[in-house]
Amino acid sequence: MLRTFRIGGIHPPESKLSAGKKINRADIPKQVIIPLAQHIGAPAQAVVKKGDAVKTGTLIGKAAGFVSANIHSSVSGKVTKIDQALDASGYKHPAVFIDVEGDEWEESIDRNGNLIKECLLPPKEIINKITEAGIVGMGGATFPTQVKLTPPPGNNKAELLIINAAECEPYLTSDHSLMMEKGEEITAGISILMKAVDVTRAVIGIENNKPDAIARFNSLVKGYAGIEVMPLKSRYPQGGEKQLIDAVVRRQVKSGSLPVSVGAVVQNTGTAFAVYEAVQKNKPLIERVVTVTGKNMSNPSNLLVRIGTPIRNLIDAAGGLPENTGKIIGGGPMMGKALISPDIPVAKGSSGILILSCEEAIHKPMYDCIRCAKCVNVCPMGLNPTLLMSATDFQDWELAEKNHIVDCIECGSCSYTCPANRVLLDYIRLGKGKVMGMIRARKS
Amino acid sequence: MILIAIISLGGIGVTGAVLLYAASKKFEVYEDPRIAQVQNVLPAANCGGCGYPGCSGFAAACVQADSLDNLSCPVGGADVMSKVAGILGKEAGTVNPLIAVVHCNGTCQARPHTNQYDGTRNCAIASSLYGGETDCSYGCFGYADCVTACLFDAIHINPETMLPEVTDDKCTACGACVKVCPKSLIKLHKKGPKSRRIFVSCANQDKGGVARKACNHACIGCSKCQKECPFEAIAIANNLAYIDPVKCRLCRKCAPVCPTNSIIEANFPPRKEKVTEDSKENKEIK
Repeated sequence: MLRTFRIGGIHPPESKLSAGKKINRADIPKQVIIPLAQHIGAPAQAVVKKGDAVKTGTLIGKAAGFVSANIHSSVSGKVTKIDQALDASGYKHPAVFIDVEGDEWEESIDRNGNLIKECLLPPKEIINKITEAGIVGMGGATFPTQVKLTPPPGNNKAELLIINAAECEPYLTSDHSLMMEKGEEITAGISILMKAVDVTRAVIGIENNKPDAIARFNSLVKGYAGIEVMPLKSRYPQGGEKQLIDAVVRRQVKSGSLPVSVGAVVQNTGTAFAVYEAVQKNKPLIERVVTVTGKNMSNPSNLLVRIGTPIRNLIDAAGGLPENTGKIIGGGPMMGKALISPDIPVAKGSSGILILSCEEAIHKPMYDCIRCAKCVNVCPMGLNPTLLMSATDFQDWELAEKNHIVDCIECGSCSYTCPANRVLLDYIRLGKGKVMGMIRARKS
Repeated sequence: MILIAIISLGGIGVTGAVLLYAASKKFEVYEDPRIAQVQNVLPAANCGGCGYPGCSGFAAACVQADSLDNLSCPVGGADVMSKVAGILGKEAGTVNPLIAVVHCNGTCQARPHTNQYDGTRNCAIASSLYGGETDCSYGCFGYADCVTACLFDAIHINPETMLPEVTDDKCTACGACVKVCPKSLIKLHKKGPKSRRIFVSCANQDKGGVARKACNHACIGCSKCQKECPFEAIAIANNLAYIDPVKCRLCRKCAPVCPTNSIIEANFPPRKEKVTEDSKENKEIK
């Protein structure tokens, strides 16, 4: 019997249209817009000004605070302005606009494709290099990686590194394609991460809808001590940190605790690859793999894209925008968000772009709750979504807090499963924000 | 047989009555009778506009307070407060009547839609998702959270402009709409003589060019009104003009110079059309 997490979960149609396709390098655009807030935490502080010449890999934004990340130029050219730009959040935030001239890289970056397996640096050096490179969680949560690797004092010591290769979100194949093409680098990255958190065991959790990736990694990990592959039964949201820990080691992270409290540190495959490049090749996080997909797209693809490229270019590279387009989703269909303009740039956390047709995108009319408790059954955090929705609707924040609204991981399983088409997650997300604000205010 | 039942039940009744009487004497809580009297003259709307939990809370605060200077019932206004003062033998403070004012004038014509929202029509949810259907991320959504919040039927969405409009004589300035607006577009403003008031009906803090592109009625922070104002009542901050209602003398000089018509004059008589030299010349040509 394959393992999966024990509470809730759903299995939406996988629709992995771009599975098995090679990663293509997307063309460098004429202008990039690099947001200074691509991660959770404080936005980076711009260290360039209008008119400055930058190379690919030049630092343009310095981390401002502990939970923050450096931002590097993904192209070479001239900074035209630092101004507000629309990003995937739907609001305007400061960004650096760079006009592209050629493609000249910083000399310190090793662009040689040779695989370097050995890493002789001490853990502190490794974490320093990760901080310099501005690496964040590549699965979509964009939490600065160096913060995750240095758990706050008072917590347990990590015993185990879990690599999140579940990619449970339908349609998305960016991690899958990266695993197939850059398997050696990812494995080397995992051994670097193991050294950084000082653990001797790492488990790569891969869902069984990717048998080729499981087979490939089974052969790859033979050269490394302590790394093992664990096939998991496909189930959404297996890629959630707490769900993955439950699936792999059968431990539950308490409400409000960090995963390290049960001895686990979770990192994404994309992050492992970025860590390899940062530590062994001195390459900052300036590009990532983005899946561009959709049932009407003529050529669903996996593209290696420079950060800051407008998504319009990627859609063109994948066969152009189909006529009957209803929505452009940034991310997957479950957790992604509709984008309001095709000029929004790709950021560090953009794992996919999904084009939905008008029929697919339509919101069905919402009916009253029939108390079937399907949402309660599927909630992977064991919450009561319908109660939380009502609490938010009636602004009963105490009730919402008592029922652990802040534990919601916003996976959307409740809204997906509701037979009355109730938009449970929209309300819960709103209530979660309010309650978190209240808790913060109480603490300070 | 029946006697036993009567006697025993009667006995239980009498004992109970004695116990209850004793308890009510022993644990009696003294409540100032004036609280009930004050509560009787209050409007019983329980809107919370005074800052106290409901009308009874306000009544208790009135009785306890030394003076009524800082206490006012926004719904009842001066009439009710003078009654309250009469009951308590205190003097009612002078209250400046306030009114809710919407700081967005981005009508459908002025602010073209650049995307279409098909989620839940609720301002709070929409603002947790993104900036809005237009390029102005500061402006009104028009999904009527303020209308739902109003207990006095004083605010409504105008179907033509899709903006909320406040009915002057119904608004009690309780502040329910102010609290509920996720974009903080509604503010309580001095009602002014004959409900006349002048305010900047915009909240866009983008630079002039960006704001103007998003909305024809946006304040672009050009400071023309600031230069025109003889009373130094206008300040510009974050690319946005602000008219201080205390300093403003309602001279109406600022509104005509605004290039985007973002300054609103409410309840003034229509302006006499000034015969300028330009228009004279135009007429002659015609």
